[in-house]
Amino acid sequence: MSTPTNAAVYAETAPPRLVVAQSAIADEFAARPADVKISTEKVSIMYGEKVAVRDVSLTVQERSILALIGPSGSGKSTFLRCFNRMNDLIPGAHVQGAVNLDGENIMDPDVSVVELRRRVGMVFQRPNPFPMSIYENVAYGPRRRGQNDRRKLDELVETSIKRAALWDEVKDDLKRKSGLALSGGQQQRLCIARVLATDPDVILMDEPASALDPVSTLRIEELMRELRQAYTIVIVTHNMQQAARVSDVTAFFTMADDRAGYLVEVGPTGQIFTRPNERLTEDYISGRFG
Amino acid sequence: MTATPSLRRKTSRGSILADRAATVVLWGTGALVLLILGAIIVHFAIAAWGVVSPSFILSDPSDVALGGILPVLWNSIYILALTMVIAVPVGLLGGIYMSEYASDNAVTGAIRFAEEAISSVPSIVVGLFGLILFVDNFHQGFTALNGALALTFFNLPLMTRLSEQALRAVPQEERSASLALGATKWQTIRHVVVPLAIPGLITGVILTAGRVFGEAAVLLFTSGIGTPPHYNFANFDLFSPASPWSPFRPSTTLSVYIYKLQSEGLGSHVNQIIDGSAAILISMVLIFNLGARFIGRVLTRRLTAA
Amino acid sequence: MAQVSTAPRLASLRATPGLLERIDLPRRVVFAAAASMILIVALLLVFIAWQGIQLFVRDGVPVGQILSPTWQPDRASGATNFGLLPFVAATVLVTAVALLISTPLSVGLAVFLSEVAPNWARAIVQPALEIFVGIPSVVWGWLGITILVPFLAHTFHGNAIIGLPVVGQIFSIPGFLTGFSWMAGSLVLSIMILPTITSVSYDAFRAVPLEMRTGSLALGTTRWQTIRHILIPSALPGVLTGVVLGMTRAAGEALAVQMVIGNSPTMPAAITQPVTTLTSQITLDMGNTVFGEPWQDALWTMSLVLLIVSITSVVLVRVINKGRMAT
Repeated sequence: MSTPTNAAVYAETAPPRLVVAQSAIADEFAARPADVKISTEKVSIMYGEKVAVRDVSLTVQERSILALIGPSGSGKSTFLRCFNRMNDLIPGAHVQGAVNLDGENIMDPDVSVVELRRRVGMVFQRPNPFPMSIYENVAYGPRRRGQNDRRKLDELVETSIKRAALWDEVKDDLKRKSGLALSGGQQQRLCIARVLATDPDVILMDEPASALDPVSTLRIEELMRELRQAYTIVIVTHNMQQAARVSDVTAFFTMADDRAGYLVEVGPTGQIFTRPNERLTEDYISGRFG
Repeated sequence: MTATPSLRRKTSRGSILADRAATVVLWGTGALVLLILGAIIVHFAIAAWGVVSPSFILSDPSDVALGGILPVLWNSIYILALTMVIAVPVGLLGGIYMSEYASDNAVTGAIRFAEEAISSVPSIVVGLFGLILFVDNFHQGFTALNGALALTFFNLPLMTRLSEQALRAVPQEERSASLALGATKWQTIRHVVVPLAIPGLITGVILTAGRVFGEAAVLLFTSGIGTPPHYNFANFDLFSPASPWSPFRPSTTLSVYIYKLQSEGLGSHVNQIIDGSAAILISMVLIFNLGARFIGRVLTRRLTAA
Repeated sequence: MAQVSTAPRLASLRATPGLLERIDLPRRVVFAAAASMILIVALLLVFIAWQGIQLFVRDGVPVGQILSPTWQPDRASGATNFGLLPFVAATVLVTAVALLISTPLSVGLAVFLSEVAPNWARAIVQPALEIFVGIPSVVWGWLGITILVPFLAHTFHGNAIIGLPVVGQIFSIPGFLTGFSWMAGSLVLSIMILPTITSVSYDAFRAVPLEMRTGSLALGTTRWQTIRHILIPSALPGVLTGVVLGMTRAAGEALAVQMVIGNSPTMPAAITQPVTTLTSQITLDMGNTVFGEPWQDALWTMSLVLLIVSITSVVLVRVINKGRMAT
């Protein structure tokens, strides 16, 4: 797999109009048969009386990366949290509409939320490893599901950490070093490994690199491209260049006059950044607002 | 052109004087507190100097001329342990409910009201409640178990509140991370929240223990006020009132013993015995108090350090 | 990178919860633990109230009798009269004087800690206060007996005469006889409730936003003016809460007070004379009375009075803090 050779990656100041070279991967993606992993039908999310997100319908293909972009307050993170029903934790929040994972509506009351969250994992904006050893952090999910076989856990931990591109840096200290002793970028990769250990289908990432330095950010982005081969990924990012570098499909959200977020436009990343259909999208991309 | 008035002498003399006087007085209050505490500690150190000795601590009231405190000291420790065994789990579980499960409804309001109500009831009334419940109604007589139960009732609000605070202090993101990995709520509480709250929880336990150790009014009418007999520590029969290991016997504690001695005033060395006993009581309180702070700090550092 | 199976997931998300999951045992257990406090309070109220009304119900004492100033519980000395007024009056007066002494000191200490003290001073005084809290009441009582009471008796044994130059004597306060007195009780209590009022007031001062202080100082006022005109008024509900809590503790304190108060079951006359509070009398007599006899029933009625007072103070605190966030 070749690394994207976009000039934008190295440029500090982006030109008003991003020129995104159509990478080989994007072409391959366009040519693949479409397998819908997630679909939402007119999803609205409310906190009490206030509408946070209104009427979003979109689909996410299997093994692709969807980026949600838009100004702050446009409901991107709130919408992301639908996919693993983390909004359930917010008192007064309720969701209308259907969210389908592999054809099953996850909003149904008799869906096991615990099982859902195993299949749809989440990486947060600020790395939040547990104050346990690196090994225990990664083993946490499988242990809670009852996996106690030492050898299986060892294997699972090693595989997950390798897939998160962290193995070489921690392989000698798995059980002695605390998760908190790692650098920011390493902690985030540890959190990714932790999610991978639960063997998910979908990985949600809420601004995963915004708390990290530029070098760590690039490593996370590389990691995302690798993971895409096996997992479906949805990321929220306020960094347009990142969305352009990393994603296959981009969805642009913005805030309406009543401060409710809504989906303006969704399409292949290359098209969104070069020939968007909506005026609003073009304004945002070229930095005229947000 | 008028000269601009100088920046000095802007504030009135009176205000500045008042401010200075206030500062002195306020420092005075701080100094007064330290003075009083220091005086108390020094007083007891001196008063107990000739009294407190290993034989004082380890002998019975009738043994030596000066009268030892072993049985009552033992009772204090025993009742403390018994009370903690009951109160800590109940308080911790209650704190878990209030912190992790309780929502803003009438039942939660009732629990908080009950918490405040029990805290405000005079300790003597709680003791009387124990009297009427255990002694008059259940015909238990004075027993260590009664005392422990009454002390549990009295200290449950404190233990619950301290546990709740310690658990609430755990950042929300730890819970989110665990839940997002597909753990259940109880698994999250058990494996993430409670371990992270341990320093605060232990501090809460030690502070509660300090309060329990010095309590007397609650015990007067539940575990009894008398002079204990010689305890045969080899007797492990839990149901025999003669065994110091049994919860089913009258147990006069150190604080209650002090109260008894000062009210009866018999014997030539009563004052010294009381001074010695009080000195030991205060020492234990100091140990509990400073211990709680120290352990809390050490554990917090160990937990959050890399 | 290891190959991952890309076979489609067919396993449904619908899990049929087992019996154990459906009843959510953990939640019920922790709820029971928390709700046990409701049960405890309820039982307390029921038992004490039941026992407290026996004086009227079983012994036939008219309710109004408890307002009489004569306490004569022993039938052997003639007709009994269960007047609780001496004890109620003593409790009220001893508590009031204790508050009078303690409140300025405590609030001052709280202001000191919050506004004036540098970090090193706070680091010494705060632990000192916590140790104060931990000192058992019997120890305070003993200190009262051995130090305070003799001091009062020795130093103030003469009469104090309050008068004006021309008018002459207005009233005189008799000197301490033995030192065991109302004043001794108030002094001991004032020191015992000091940490309570201080810590609640301190929290109240800390809750006042920094901007209010800076706003005042920026207008060219002194720190004391800021404290007096901005800080204390803003924190008043919190300070009042502290005072009410201190009052509750003072009224409910039994052993320390009983040891120094003198125990004379007559109406309080002078601050230097012995009196008996509700708690003192209960502590003294309970052991010497028989369950079921009117004397003891009167003691239970006194306990009921104490219980009512303390629950009322809880309600009072809530009223003071109405609409504010619970801490």
